[in-house]
Amino acid sequence: MNHLRIALWGVLPYLVVAVLVTGTAWRYRYDRFGFTTRSSQLHESRLLRVGGPLFHFGLLFVIAGHVIGLLVPESFTERVHVHEWLYHANALLVGGTAGLATLAGLVILLYRRLRVPAVRAATSRSDRAVYPVLLCVLLAGLTATATTMKPHPYDYRRGVSVWFRSLFMLDPDVSAMAHAPLAYRVHALLAMALFAAWPFSRLVHAFAAPVGYLVRPYVVYRSRGGRRVPAPGRPGPGRPFAARSGPPGKRPRSARDTLARR
Amino acid sequence: MRVMAQVAMVMNLDKCIGCHTCSVTCKQTWTNRPGTEYVWFNNVETRPGQGYPRGYEDQERWKGGWQLKHGRLVPRSGGRARRLARLFANPELPSLDDYYEPWTYDYENLISAPLGDDVPTAPPRSLIDGRPTAVTWGPNWDDDLGGGPEHLAGDPVLRKMNEQVRLEYEQAFMFYLPRICEHCLNPSCVAVCPSGALYKRVEDGIVLVDQDRCRGWRMCVTGCPYKKVYFNHQTGKAEKCTFCYPRIEGGQPTVCSETCVGRLRYLGVVLYDADRVGDVAATENEQDLYEAQLECFLDPEDPDVAAAAEEAGIPHDWITAARRSPVHALISRYRVALPLHPEYRTMPMVWYIPPLSPVVDSLTATGHDGEDPAKLFAAIDSLRIPLAYLAELFTAGDPAPVEAALCRLAAMRSHMRRVNLGEEQDPAIARAVGMDGAGIEGMYRLLALAKYDERYVIPTSYTATAPADDLDSGCSLDTHGGPGMYTPDTFHAPPSAEPEPEHAGASLRGRVNLLNWNGEGRPDGLFPSGDGGAR
Repeated sequence: MNHLRIALWGVLPYLVVAVLVTGTAWRYRYDRFGFTTRSSQLHESRLLRVGGPLFHFGLLFVIAGHVIGLLVPESFTERVHVHEWLYHANALLVGGTAGLATLAGLVILLYRRLRVPAVRAATSRSDRAVYPVLLCVLLAGLTATATTMKPHPYDYRRGVSVWFRSLFMLDPDVSAMAHAPLAYRVHALLAMALFAAWPFSRLVHAFAAPVGYLVRPYVVYRSRGGRRVPAPGRPGPGRPFAARSGPPGKRPRSARDTLARR
Repeated sequence: MRVMAQVAMVMNLDKCIGCHTCSVTCKQTWTNRPGTEYVWFNNVETRPGQGYPRGYEDQERWKGGWQLKHGRLVPRSGGRARRLARLFANPELPSLDDYYEPWTYDYENLISAPLGDDVPTAPPRSLIDGRPTAVTWGPNWDDDLGGGPEHLAGDPVLRKMNEQVRLEYEQAFMFYLPRICEHCLNPSCVAVCPSGALYKRVEDGIVLVDQDRCRGWRMCVTGCPYKKVYFNHQTGKAEKCTFCYPRIEGGQPTVCSETCVGRLRYLGVVLYDADRVGDVAATENEQDLYEAQLECFLDPEDPDVAAAAEEAGIPHDWITAARRSPVHALISRYRVALPLHPEYRTMPMVWYIPPLSPVVDSLTATGHDGEDPAKLFAAIDSLRIPLAYLAELFTAGDPAPVEAALCRLAAMRSHMRRVNLGEEQDPAIARAVGMDGAGIEGMYRLLALAKYDERYVIPTSYTATAPADDLDSGCSLDTHGGPGMYTPDTFHAPPSAEPEPEHAGASLRGRVNLLNWNGEGRPDGLFPSGDGGAR
């Protein structure tokens, strides 16, 4: 039994991180073309317009809640005089609402995926594997949140969070997690399954979040070699046309070039 | 001044017969794949009509292009923050119904149907989900005014025009409008792409999608006011007209130009001042945008421009090509070509010569001398195709530039008639449209006679330096008849290497194929070499 605990809460998380990191790197290296949302909005827009934002924005709040709940230690909130019940009421209210919104969004999206023929036809095998896991993670997480409404709830900040932070110290506190209620353990296990599947499913599009768009000039100029060229009207180094004399390996590729190098 | 070169196109609408050859050859070349069944990089639509996708010109609905907000240019679909907030469901994305649901026919049923009283049919099947479907719309459903007033009511351009023109519509008019990506100087599809996957190439101005960087946020589909960026629903990536860049790089015309039976397309280099693009696109009055864009173009004959172009690294043959460019001539010298919907502020680079509808016969029918130039000019604003309609398409509603272009075409008609009949030439005809006899004859040559190499003046792509190793060895395939031999009239071979034929046992590489041997002499490789190998 103890070996199983160590395997689940001491070894598995590192394996999952290894799979997540190498898998994403592998996918980025060999399948950059596959880094896409594979949006199905072309087929169906009415349900997506409700479900899509509900799920994704809800999820952003849920992730923010996890960051606060797992990474900020209890001692810190006590030092800044945030009362225990205020913290938990906030977690329950905001976290619960965000979780329910995410769940509602996911249910709408799953209904759409099953019932709209065109969307159903556009569903891949990895989708079929990932969606049930995603739904179960959400349900388990919501169940765990709901249990904090009990009179003497489990304080995850003294159990799960301690374990989670100890993972980063490379000294996993296995017993802190092993004694958590079932809902928390199921949630954590399924979440690890989700992270392991992440690089190999459409979930990778989360890593493609276009944050750079906020600071980019509107019109992108590139030379044939693929080099970004500063937009006109802005001072930029070098002459765009003369800058093509890079090392031979980085030479722009055209049909003729490829032919000539065959 | 920062000189940039753009490979641009002009289409002469007078010559378009609406045969859709350009659409079909383009589709065969670029979009005959799953996921792009509904995609036509090139389409020919009948005007008036709804176009493809339906009503794409209604920017109140689709939010394509740019708009001026407090004097600043922002995409009509919103700035950066608003775009990111709409990432999870784009409210202005056309659905497949706005294009059309692609379909095929169940031909199998023709031979597998059980014996019965009725002749078996091939019922339509959706190419999206495979289910039986009713074909209710297609890429050119209202071709040749098909469907009549019911469908025409959906034409956003017609809706903009006043009631009077709509009523005159009883005397039906129509013309064809072939459309490809405009490869704009100020592309709004590029501006709204959150991933930075869309870009404008500095060398030739072609707007492309980097397939490895596209993440399928589908903002570009909304951002393009011409709806010429498409979403491949299988790969989850945006795709668009590439201006056949592999052909352009090799100095060949695009597939749509090459196969145009009416020979109405012209390709050539236009030099423009990239530093002015932002200011010109922000011109306050929409109707001034055409003139403003003209001022953005540079005259390649001007030595200062040529010097600045050399300074910017544009190769000399591109500058000479710009001087010979039929596109530059039709746009700037003869001023008969006009941009499509300049009011979108994207500064499109595929321009159109407006159609001069049959005018002589209708004038003669009213008792006038149909060949009298003065009468001809006066009749321009009462042409069958209403000037106002053309103006809504090409000049944001200002009829003056359209009228001027049509008058030049009419003047060319009168002038060349006198030349052909050996009559005395009247310099007043040319002067009336601000030209001279030589100019009119030059325009006539370009519009009526120009051969392949006059219609398509495309310099080949260049590399600034060749790597030393290539210089040393040369191209090993450029032997006589080898695969590297460049023959100007053939399509470039795809860059993939042909697999060497595999044979069981000892390799026959280097050996003469006896089926091809003409029986003369004793070529190398006729017999196996002594050392056991065939090399």
